[in-house]
Amino acid sequence: MKQQLENIRLSSLEQIEKAATPAEIDEIRVRVLGKKGEVTAILKQMGKLSAEERPVMGALANEVRETVENALAEKLVKIKAELMEKQLVEEEIDITLPGNEFEMGKRHPIQLVLDELKEIFLGMGFSIAAGPEVELDKYNFEMLNMPKSHPSRDTQDTFYITENIVLRTQTSPVQVRTMLDQKPPIRIIAPGRVYRADEVDATHSPLFHQIEGLVIDENITMADLKGTLEAFVKNMFGPETKVRFRPHHFAYTEPSAEMDMTCFKCGGKGCRLCKGEGWIEILGSGIVNPVVLESCGIDSTKYSGFAFGMGLERLTMMRYDIDDMRLMYENDMRFLSQF
Amino acid sequence: MDVSLNWLKEYAPFDCDIKTFAEDMTMSGSKVEVYSTEKDKIRNVVVGKVVSLDKHPNADKLTVCGIDIGSEEIVIVTGAKNLTVGDLVPVALDNSLLPCGKEIHAGELRGVMSNGMLCSLGELGLTTHDFPNAIEDGIMVLDEEWPLGTPIEKALGMEDYMVEFEITPNRPDCLSVLGLAREASATFSVPFNEPKPQMPQGEDDINNYLSVKISDTDHCMRYAAAMIKNVRVKPSPRWLRERLRVCGVRPINNIVDITNYVMLLYGHPMHAFDHKYVKGNLIDVRLAKTGEEIMTLDGVQRKLNENMLVISDSEEPIAIAGVMGGEYSGVYEDTNMVVFESACFDGPKVRYASRQLGLRTEASGKFEKGLNPDNCWPALAKAMELVVELDAGDVIGGVIDVYPSPRSERKVPLNADKINEILGTEIAKSDMEKTLVSLGFKVEDDTVIVPTHRYDIAKDAVTQYNDLAEEIARMYGYNKLPSTIMKGTATARLTERQKFTKDVIGYLLGLGFYEIETFSFYSPKNFDLLNVPADSSLRNPVVISNPLGEDTSVMRTTAVASMMNVVQRNYNSRIEAVSLFENATEYHVVEGEELPKEVEKFIMAVYGQNKDFFFLKGAVEKILWALNIEDVKFVRNRQNTTYHSGRCADVVVNGAVVATIGELHPVVLNNYGIKTKVCVCDLNGEELFKYVGGARQYKQLARFPAVTRDLAFVCDKAVANGDIIDIIRESCGEYLESVKLFDVYTGDRLEAGKKSLAYSLVLRDKNATLTDAVAEQCTGAILDNLRKIGVFLRT
Repeated sequence: MKQQLENIRLSSLEQIEKAATPAEIDEIRVRVLGKKGEVTAILKQMGKLSAEERPVMGALANEVRETVENALAEKLVKIKAELMEKQLVEEEIDITLPGNEFEMGKRHPIQLVLDELKEIFLGMGFSIAAGPEVELDKYNFEMLNMPKSHPSRDTQDTFYITENIVLRTQTSPVQVRTMLDQKPPIRIIAPGRVYRADEVDATHSPLFHQIEGLVIDENITMADLKGTLEAFVKNMFGPETKVRFRPHHFAYTEPSAEMDMTCFKCGGKGCRLCKGEGWIEILGSGIVNPVVLESCGIDSTKYSGFAFGMGLERLTMMRYDIDDMRLMYENDMRFLSQF
Repeated sequence: MDVSLNWLKEYAPFDCDIKTFAEDMTMSGSKVEVYSTEKDKIRNVVVGKVVSLDKHPNADKLTVCGIDIGSEEIVIVTGAKNLTVGDLVPVALDNSLLPCGKEIHAGELRGVMSNGMLCSLGELGLTTHDFPNAIEDGIMVLDEEWPLGTPIEKALGMEDYMVEFEITPNRPDCLSVLGLAREASATFSVPFNEPKPQMPQGEDDINNYLSVKISDTDHCMRYAAAMIKNVRVKPSPRWLRERLRVCGVRPINNIVDITNYVMLLYGHPMHAFDHKYVKGNLIDVRLAKTGEEIMTLDGVQRKLNENMLVISDSEEPIAIAGVMGGEYSGVYEDTNMVVFESACFDGPKVRYASRQLGLRTEASGKFEKGLNPDNCWPALAKAMELVVELDAGDVIGGVIDVYPSPRSERKVPLNADKINEILGTEIAKSDMEKTLVSLGFKVEDDTVIVPTHRYDIAKDAVTQYNDLAEEIARMYGYNKLPSTIMKGTATARLTERQKFTKDVIGYLLGLGFYEIETFSFYSPKNFDLLNVPADSSLRNPVVISNPLGEDTSVMRTTAVASMMNVVQRNYNSRIEAVSLFENATEYHVVEGEELPKEVEKFIMAVYGQNKDFFFLKGAVEKILWALNIEDVKFVRNRQNTTYHSGRCADVVVNGAVVATIGELHPVVLNNYGIKTKVCVCDLNGEELFKYVGGARQYKQLARFPAVTRDLAFVCDKAVANGDIIDIIRESCGEYLESVKLFDVYTGDRLEAGKKSLAYSLVLRDKNATLTDAVAEQCTGAILDNLRKIGVFLRT
C-alpha cells in the first residue's frame, strides 16, 4: 500500500509537470484526489490494515494528497501566468500606427495672446471694460485733450463717419466712458478693435487690436505705473525680462513714457528682430493728464492715475514669429491649424 | 528732424561718441531714430595730385596719369578729359569703397596697370549744389589746398553725423538745431551757448519801401520784415553748404540757403521774395476773400476760401500764410530788392489751409505745430547777419516788426511735494531747480518762469505740476524712478456676459470649430453676393466718409459676408472641409440714435463630408444644452433669401429668434464660385444671453426600471418629425423619459409620397416600477393622437 501511495505521488507529480492547460490540471485533480480518485481508492483499503499500520498509512496518504494538491496549485498559477503572457504577446499592436482623428477647434492666435493678457490683468485686479467701435469724436479725441485742431491727430489717420463720429483710433474712449460712469477706484483693461486709415501691408492694417489699461485711485504715482507694468511684462514674458522707460508724448498723459523690453529672442544681445538694439518697444503709458480727469468729472486734486496701451497684433507676431500681419486676417486653414 | 551733430556741438559742447549721444538723448526725451555719416560709406579714398598726363599706348580715349598721393606716386588710367597737371583730385586707391556702393580694385586697362580710380562728384555721392565749382561730367578737381594723402572724407567735409530725431507734437521748439542743442546741454550738463544775433545797421529806411498791416491779429501773431538791395545771388560758402547737406537740405544759392539755414537753426520758416512784385508796397495779413485764387510757386492755380489766412499786397494774395508763396514770390535774375519775412501764424489755421488745399510743405509742417513768435526777431537778425557775412546784398536800414500782443511767460509755483507725489520720488527741491534752469526755465522765489519757447508747459493750470514733473523726471532718468506695487486691493472677475462669450467660444472649440478674425468693414457688393433683398435694412450700413477704397467703405451689417469671404478663400485653396466660427460684431443703424447698435454675433460655417445642416444643428443644440437653455424650437424659415428656402430654420427660444441656421442658397454659392454645400449659423449672442439658464440642478439617478418601446410609423412625406415628437411627448406626459428618432425610410416598400419614421421611447415611472398597463396606455394614446394627423403605425 505504501508502494502504491508512493507510485501515485511520483506519477501524479510527473503528470502535473507535463500538464499544459488548466483543464489538464483539473483532470489530474479529479483523477487523483477526487471522490472516486486514486488516493480515495487506496484509503478505502485501510480497513485491511493492522491497528499499528493504519495511522502510519493514513499519515502517508495525507502527505501524498497534500503534496499533489500543492503541486497542482503551483502548476496552475504557472500555467495561468504563461497563458496570460501568451495572450499579451498575441495581442501586441504596432503602437506607431496613427491615433484617431479628433476634430479639435483652434483659437485664433490674436485671441490666444489676448486671453493670456486678460488672465494676467484679471489676476492683478483689473476688470475688463468694453465700448463702441463706432464712436463719438468727443470720446475718441476731444475729452482726451485732443481738440479738433490738435497736431496729435495727424499721427492717427482717422476714418470718419460724420464730422462728429469716427471709427475709434484707440480704445481710450472706453477709458473716458468708464470714468464718466464709474467713481474711483478704477482698475480696468479695455481690449478691442481700433481703426486707422493705413493701407494693408506686412506690418500695417486699417483694423487692428489694442489693449489699454487705466488705474485711478488716490495717490497713484509714476512709480506705481512702473511697478505694475514691470510685473505685467515679467508675467507675460518671463521673470528674466527687463524693461526700460523712455520719455514720450501723448496728449492724454503727462508725464508720458514708452516702455521697451529686452528682446525675448536674443535676451538683449541684439538680433534681427530687435534690429540689433536689444530692446523692443512694447507699449505707451503715462500718468493720466489731470485735464482728462477733470473733463470726465473726476477731482484731479484728490485722484490720480495711470494709463497704458499696446498693440495686440505686434505682440502676437512676436510671440509666434509671424512675419506678415495679413496672415492673421486671411484665416487660411493652413495658418489657423498651426496654433 | 535731421540735424548735423557738429552743428549741435557748436552750441552745446558735449563730448561723447555718437552711440552714447543717441542713447542718452533718447532717454532724456529726444528720441534718436537713426544716425549716419558719409564717412562710413567711403574707404581708401585720398587727396592726390596729378603729376603727369600721358596718352595711353593702346587706347586713344584713355589717359595714363601719374598721381602723387603723398606716400608714393601711383599710376591710374582714366577716360576723363578735364585734368591738367597740378590738379588736386579724389583718388580711390586699390580696395576702396565709394558712397555709391562701388568697390574699386587695381587692374589692367588695355595693357596698362591702373592702381585705382579718379572720382567724379557723382561717384562721391555729391552734386554741383554741394560743390558749385566742380563739374558734373569729369573728374572732381578740389578747389582747396590739402596735404596729399588726406582722407577725402576729411577734405570734403564728410565726417559729420546726420542724426534723425523723432520730435513729438508737443515740442515744436525741438524742430530746430537750437532746441535740440538746449536739450543736449541739459542732458550732458554742458553750457548752452545761445547765439545772440544783432541786426546789422544799414543805409536807407525800409519804411520807404514797405508797410505791413495785420488785419487778422487772431491768426497772425507777429510779422517782422527786413530788406536788402543790390542782391548778389551766388553760391554759399562751403561751411554753409556742408551744414545744409548734412541736414538733408540741398544748397541752392546764398539767399535761399540763408532762409533754410535760419529755418534749421531756429525751427522758424522764413520767406524771401522779390520786392518788385509787392503791389502798393503793402503787406496785409488777412483772411482770403470769397472767390480769390492764387497761383502758387509750384504752378498750381488754387481756390481760396474765407477761412484761409493769406499774405496779400494792395491787390491780391501773394502767399498762403505759412504754406507756400505765390508764383512770383521768389528771387530771380533781375531781382534787386529782397524782402525777408519772419512771421508767426496760428497753427490750426495753417493746418486748415494745408489740409484743404492738399499742400503740405516744410513750412506748414512746422507752423502747424504752433511756433514761438519770440523767435521771429532773432531769426530775422541772424538772416541779416548772414547777408552781411556772405556779401549777399546791402542791408536796408530799419526793421518792420508788427507784434500786437507779445507772448507772455507763464509762472508756476515750484511745489516740490506735489511733483514728488506725482512721481513717487523724494527729489530735493534744489535739484529740481537745477534741472529746470538747465532747460531754460528761470526760478525766482519758488516760482518757475516758463520760457516762451516752452508753450507746451502749464497750458492749463490743472496740468502744470504734471508738466514740470515730466521735465524733472526725464532729466532725472525714468529708469531711476522707483517701481512700486499699487496700494489698496482690487478684485476683478468677468461679468456674466463676458463669461457667456468665453463659454460659447469654449463650446465651439470643443465641437471642433476654428476661430477666425475678419475686418469689420467691407464693400457693399457683399450684400449682392449674399442675395440680400433690395429693401433689406442690411443694405443701410454705417458708411465711412473717407475709406481707403471700396473694401473699407461700409461697416458690416452681417458678419456672414465676412465669414463667406474666408470660406471662399479656403475653398479656393482646396481645403476639403472646414468648421469655422467668428465672435463678430455687427453695426446696425438705429433710427434716431447717433451711434449704431453694435451686436455681438457668433457666425459659424461648415462644409465638407458629413458637414450638412444637421451637423451644424447638432452643434447648436449642444451649445444651447450647455448654456442650460430650454424650450428651443427650430422653426422653418422660407423668407431668408441668403439660404436655401427648404433648408433654413430659425432657432427660437421662448418665442424669440436667437439664430438662423441653414444651407446657403445655390445662387449664393454660385456667387462665391463654391461648388459644394455650405451651411451657416448666424447666432445672436446678445439675444441668446437673455435665455441662459442658471446652474443645472442634479436629478436623482433612476431607481426603478424603464420600459423601452420601438414604434415605426408611416405618413406623408410632408409631416414633420418635430410635430410627431411633440405629440408623443404630450401623449405620454411624465412617463416619457426620452424619445429618439432612429430611422427614416422612403422607398419601394412604401406607397409613393410616404415615408416611415421609427422612434425609440424610454418610459419610466419615477416612483414605482412601470407596469405594462401604463406602457400600453401610453402607446395607445400616441397611436390615437398621431392618427389624427395622418400618422399610422407601420405594419
